[in-house]
Amino acid sequence: MQTTMKTNRLLRLFFTYAFLLFMTVLILYPLLWTVGASFNPGNSLISTSIIPENPTLDHYRELFAGKESLQYGKWYLNSLKISIFTMLGSMITVSFTAYAFSRFRFKGRKNALMLFLLLQMIPQFAALIALFVLAQILGMMNSHWLLILLYIGGQIPMNTYLMKGYMDSIPMDLDESAKIDGASNTRIFWQILLPLSRPMLAVVAMNGFTGPLGDFVLSSVILRTPEAFTLPIGLYKLVNDVMGASYTTFAAGAILISIPIAVTFLLLQKQFVSGLTAGGTKG
Amino acid sequence: MAHRTIAPLLSIIPGLGQFYNKQWVKGLVFLILAAAFFIAFGDLLNMGFWGLFTLGTEVPRDNSIFLLAEGIIALIVTAFGLGIYYWNLKDAYKNGKLRDENFPVTSLKSEYQNLIAQGYPYLVSGPSLFLLIFAVIFPILFSFALAFTNYDLYHSPPANLADWVGLETFAEIFTVDIWRATFFDVLAWTVIWTVVASTLQVSLGIFIAIVVNQKEVRFKRFFRTILVLPWAVPGFVTILIFAGLFNDSFGAINNDILAFFGIDPVPWMTDETWSRLALILMQGWLGFPYIFIVTTGVLQSIPDDLYEAATIDGASIFAKFKNITLPMIFIAMAPIIITQFTFNFNNFNIIYLFNGGGPAVAGSTAGGTDILVSWIYKLTMQSSQYSLAAALTILLSIFVVGIALWQFRRTNSFKEGA
Repeated sequence: MQTTMKTNRLLRLFFTYAFLLFMTVLILYPLLWTVGASFNPGNSLISTSIIPENPTLDHYRELFAGKESLQYGKWYLNSLKISIFTMLGSMITVSFTAYAFSRFRFKGRKNALMLFLLLQMIPQFAALIALFVLAQILGMMNSHWLLILLYIGGQIPMNTYLMKGYMDSIPMDLDESAKIDGASNTRIFWQILLPLSRPMLAVVAMNGFTGPLGDFVLSSVILRTPEAFTLPIGLYKLVNDVMGASYTTFAAGAILISIPIAVTFLLLQKQFVSGLTAGGTKG
Repeated sequence: MAHRTIAPLLSIIPGLGQFYNKQWVKGLVFLILAAAFFIAFGDLLNMGFWGLFTLGTEVPRDNSIFLLAEGIIALIVTAFGLGIYYWNLKDAYKNGKLRDENFPVTSLKSEYQNLIAQGYPYLVSGPSLFLLIFAVIFPILFSFALAFTNYDLYHSPPANLADWVGLETFAEIFTVDIWRATFFDVLAWTVIWTVVASTLQVSLGIFIAIVVNQKEVRFKRFFRTILVLPWAVPGFVTILIFAGLFNDSFGAINNDILAFFGIDPVPWMTDETWSRLALILMQGWLGFPYIFIVTTGVLQSIPDDLYEAATIDGASIFAKFKNITLPMIFIAMAPIIITQFTFNFNNFNIIYLFNGGGPAVAGSTAGGTDILVSWIYKLTMQSSQYSLAAALTILLSIFVVGIALWQFRRTNSFKEGA
């Protein structure tokens, strides 16, 4: 009896580690393959190996060689600019709006909440046709600020809901006692509610930053010339225009964007995971 | 006649009712607002509504699409105007009623203080609302309106006018053979894709979380870091990487892995069934870390007492798992699991970036792996079938909203929100 339990346990552990090792390989393989490809000489992937025999930095140099169709540095800055402004914009608009909805009872509040709920269900994708048609006729092409405003607008409904839910869980007594002490609404917001909502603010910031990086639809409608591209469009075009022939260059570009983002993500993970679980599981 | 009847009747011209109630400043403000509204927006409203009804009568003078856009802006402006107008009537009625009951009307000072106090939430959420109208509501209304026109390549400005056609486009989706066939093919795959891919990523995430969370497992931090990597790397990068890995001719999966096991190359990109399989596997890879993280949080929050009590009662490991762990996970995570389904339903990026919704299907505007959203994208961007794309967008929105509303009614979040 004792021994069967022991072998059972050992067997379970064996399968656990075997499975985890398998998952590790499954996750690392594509990533390491890309790293390898980015150092491989030549453009062809057929001869690519994870550990190249004659590693080269050529592909990284090519990214910044200033070719008309490959303005990697520019795309990088464009993406960074759009992501940062979208992040800031949505943090400001979302936290103020959530504050209003969480702490005040005003006319139209219920209807506005209904509207937000509805809008977060209709994908912003529904706006695609309008944007495509209007962008063509109005010449709204290539404007990063237009794109930023669209992204911020798209971030508002869902994130306001998350933030409002989080603020609802902060006891009202806190602001009431501050109010008795003579603090203004805005002061209560800055000094009490916002600091306490930090985990959810981190989630909003992450959504704001990664949203534009994950968008292909809206940006491909509005950004049409290579110098206005963001990374997703630029790299997609790079891969698809000459499929296969520029894959190693793409790999180098992919590495340069993935590493900083993945590292930041892993470092900040704790911050937003607590917000995510709090908001998400509450629904 | 009572004051509460006369005042609002006079306020049909904004401000007059307030004058009648002897609230001169307020009446003047309403009157000026009304005048300003018509001076500022008069042309827009006039032109907008004419355009909205006719969509233009003469080429090349009229551009149907501009007129439609203007018309929708006119609608939004009118809605605001009506809001203020309603406020004006209500104010006249309220103060008239106060006079009927021999109370003094509200003083300017108290009105002002009231406005400041009550206005605060409007003030801080105003910019958001404006942005929302500009960036989300207007485009959506515009897209929806297009569905009821015949706007396509052959009815586009400046050479031609578009026209209202009512529900014709919707009828055509279901009556024109090629459209109906494509629509139902795409819808069927969209549903299969949503269900299979979401179920895969959710069950994988939960399973791995349970495996890693076993007490005896060591190097937990290491494994957790590795396991969230697919979430940490930007999704578009990973999808494009996989597009390379799966490539029929040069991809590593065919050339290295399958060749190593002596398996013939598989047409991942050019065969519909294999493409679909590849997409589902990829989404599993991309989607499980999020579920994994959240499940880990839930598992750590289950009190140990529960398990101890169950052990004392003689429950086996599996009984504990089935009766404690799983129910806890599902109760806590139901909303998150459902969002995974709506996410995949609209998961444009993976479909489009992998192989453009391909392989192409003969005689159809949709490829073999196109889901509804990527099909709409193609109809808009490549074949200029705007009204068809818009009609499909409406059908898609109804579908998603319907399911989401049904789900929200089941969770308590909506009660909380109200």
